[in-house]
Amino acid sequence: MAPPPRPGTGQVVAVTGVGRYLGARVASRLAADPRVDHVIGVAAEPPRPELAPLLERVELVEADLVTDAATVGALDPDVVVHLGVVTGPDSGREDRGRAWMKEQNVIGTMQLLAVCQRATRLRKLVLRSSTAAYGASFNDPAVFTEETEPREVPRGGFARDILDIEGYVRAFRRRCPEAIVTVLRLAPLIGSAADTTLTRYFAQPVVPTVLGRDPRLQFLHVDDALDILHRSVVEDHPGTYNVAGPGVILLSQAIRRAGRVPLPVVESGLSSAAAIAKRLGWYGFGLDQVDLFVHGRVVDTTRLTKEYGVTPRTTAEAFADFLRGRVPAGVLSAERLAGVERAVLAGVRRLRRWAPVGQGRESG
Amino acid sequence: MTQQVDVWDRRLAAGLAFLRRRLAGAYEVDEFGFDPELTDSVFYPLLRLLYQRWFRTELRGVENLPATGPALVVANHSGTIGLDAMMLAVGVHDAQHGPGPRRYLRLLGADFLFRAPVLSELTRKSGGTLACQPDAERLLRGGELVGVFPEGLKGVGKPYRDRYRLQRFGRGGFVAAALRTGAPILPVSIVGAEEIYPKIGDIPPLARLLGLPYFPVTPTFPWLGPLGLVPLPSKWLIEIGEPIDTTPWRGQVDDPLVVFNLADRVRQIIQQTLYRLLDERSHRLRPRPDAHSDDPAGHRHAAPHAAAGSI
Repeated sequence: MAPPPRPGTGQVVAVTGVGRYLGARVASRLAADPRVDHVIGVAAEPPRPELAPLLERVELVEADLVTDAATVGALDPDVVVHLGVVTGPDSGREDRGRAWMKEQNVIGTMQLLAVCQRATRLRKLVLRSSTAAYGASFNDPAVFTEETEPREVPRGGFARDILDIEGYVRAFRRRCPEAIVTVLRLAPLIGSAADTTLTRYFAQPVVPTVLGRDPRLQFLHVDDALDILHRSVVEDHPGTYNVAGPGVILLSQAIRRAGRVPLPVVESGLSSAAAIAKRLGWYGFGLDQVDLFVHGRVVDTTRLTKEYGVTPRTTAEAFADFLRGRVPAGVLSAERLAGVERAVLAGVRRLRRWAPVGQGRESG
Repeated sequence: MTQQVDVWDRRLAAGLAFLRRRLAGAYEVDEFGFDPELTDSVFYPLLRLLYQRWFRTELRGVENLPATGPALVVANHSGTIGLDAMMLAVGVHDAQHGPGPRRYLRLLGADFLFRAPVLSELTRKSGGTLACQPDAERLLRGGELVGVFPEGLKGVGKPYRDRYRLQRFGRGGFVAAALRTGAPILPVSIVGAEEIYPKIGDIPPLARLLGLPYFPVTPTFPWLGPLGLVPLPSKWLIEIGEPIDTTPWRGQVDDPLVVFNLADRVRQIIQQTLYRLLDERSHRLRPRPDAHSDDPAGHRHAAPHAAAGSI
């Protein structure tokens, strides 16, 4: 039975995860778009105070997807944008460890999709996934396309959750073939305003790396992520897409560009450090990061560019923007190095003027 | 007075600029992790010493290398640690003639290279990547010269008594990559690498302990310690054969017989060329016609080719 026509011309969009930065920004952009009639933000608890200005034009609904996904169904949305995927445990809260994270990601998504299947008006589902969906193995190809299957189950909790979530979405696609499903596999987000595990990592003066490994990394500028998410709602782009800044930056290169000092640690040491950190309730650095720092992760974005007609800022540009905005200059900044270079060159020239070496000269 | 050009000053300035770029991370790598600057200024100069001075390598058939566009370079593999791959890469890079920028040979390596820390990064930075279909095809589609050694570890790690006898050519995956991308196959035969570390034994428990495919025992290693790592200075000959056009079979990747036959043809060409080059080298070193009469089978069949090739 066709649902009764809704008053107004636009559509109703429900965005989950507005309690965090990405969700709040997407909801705010959608609310400002005339093509969208009404934006409802779903969060398990009131959003952080600094996000409040973003959510002025968004109707807020408090609901924990794990226990109360039905609330989203009752809103009868045309589009559901699922951004309530948590990238890591909350290091500030003792009760928000790995178990909580898995609950939020896996059970939350499962419940939400069950409700979506019943929502009569639902036309589209947009899901924030991650390039972690490709896992991490030594048999991996250098560049992942959307078709690449993970070769090993990853060790990191987030990556495992992502695999589960994508599994549920596959099932949803099968059951609701008429719904438009867009899965966006985002590379690690970075940008002048982003605050993520990775941005905190690069802000430390001395950054731990895995001894003998120099992984290839890709970043996605937050603004590009917002743009793609926004367009996935107002335009129709069914399918799964890798979303990353083209190009590659090596971890060693990123550390040098940030002017930081690397601290290489043997991998087993880093893994046990991650385990100890977990035991102590400090979740800044987990197996997800260890996997990334051993294997690296590069994806092909041809499909995204073809379908959306845009290319995100390159990984190098996104990283440069992050450095400009957030990171105080490190000990080995490019300016300082250039200064040292000039000083050494001038010093040697002065020395050689005192004791000239005749053989090196030729007239030109 | 100030018109004089100071060579040492220029060198010092260039060296300092290089150091500054490296320390500031101001260089580019491609999506496979290839670092052309590091390869040109550090890896290749070191390997070039071995290539020119130590092995006195002679490279033939340079005219068969395409100046642009993709090609799959298929070569025999030997020498216990795979130095032949690196020598081939240096040779191809340096010998390339014609206009356009110099080309790099992008090598495909076994997965154990990528499991080992340090080694994995050296491999990527010098232009290598994992030997798998997606990577091979991606490089070829990008118009690169791709180097592959279908014998794999069976070739590098074979005992000295099996020298210059080609091992089985894997599952023919390299042919499939060429057929899918329409890239020509260049058969390459390398003579000399078999003698640099004559592998006369293997210590499997040590290999397992170190996570290596084998632990080689040579007349000098491990008995002489680090000194045993010095390769024997054999004379090397590398011949790049005529390209094999794969476009006639382009749509037939799914026909295993087409793939096997093409793989076999490439293997035959390399094996025949090896015998011819060997014969020629032995004539040049020791001009005795019966020098190889006690060698394993195969050389006698190669005699007519040798006569034709050594003019």
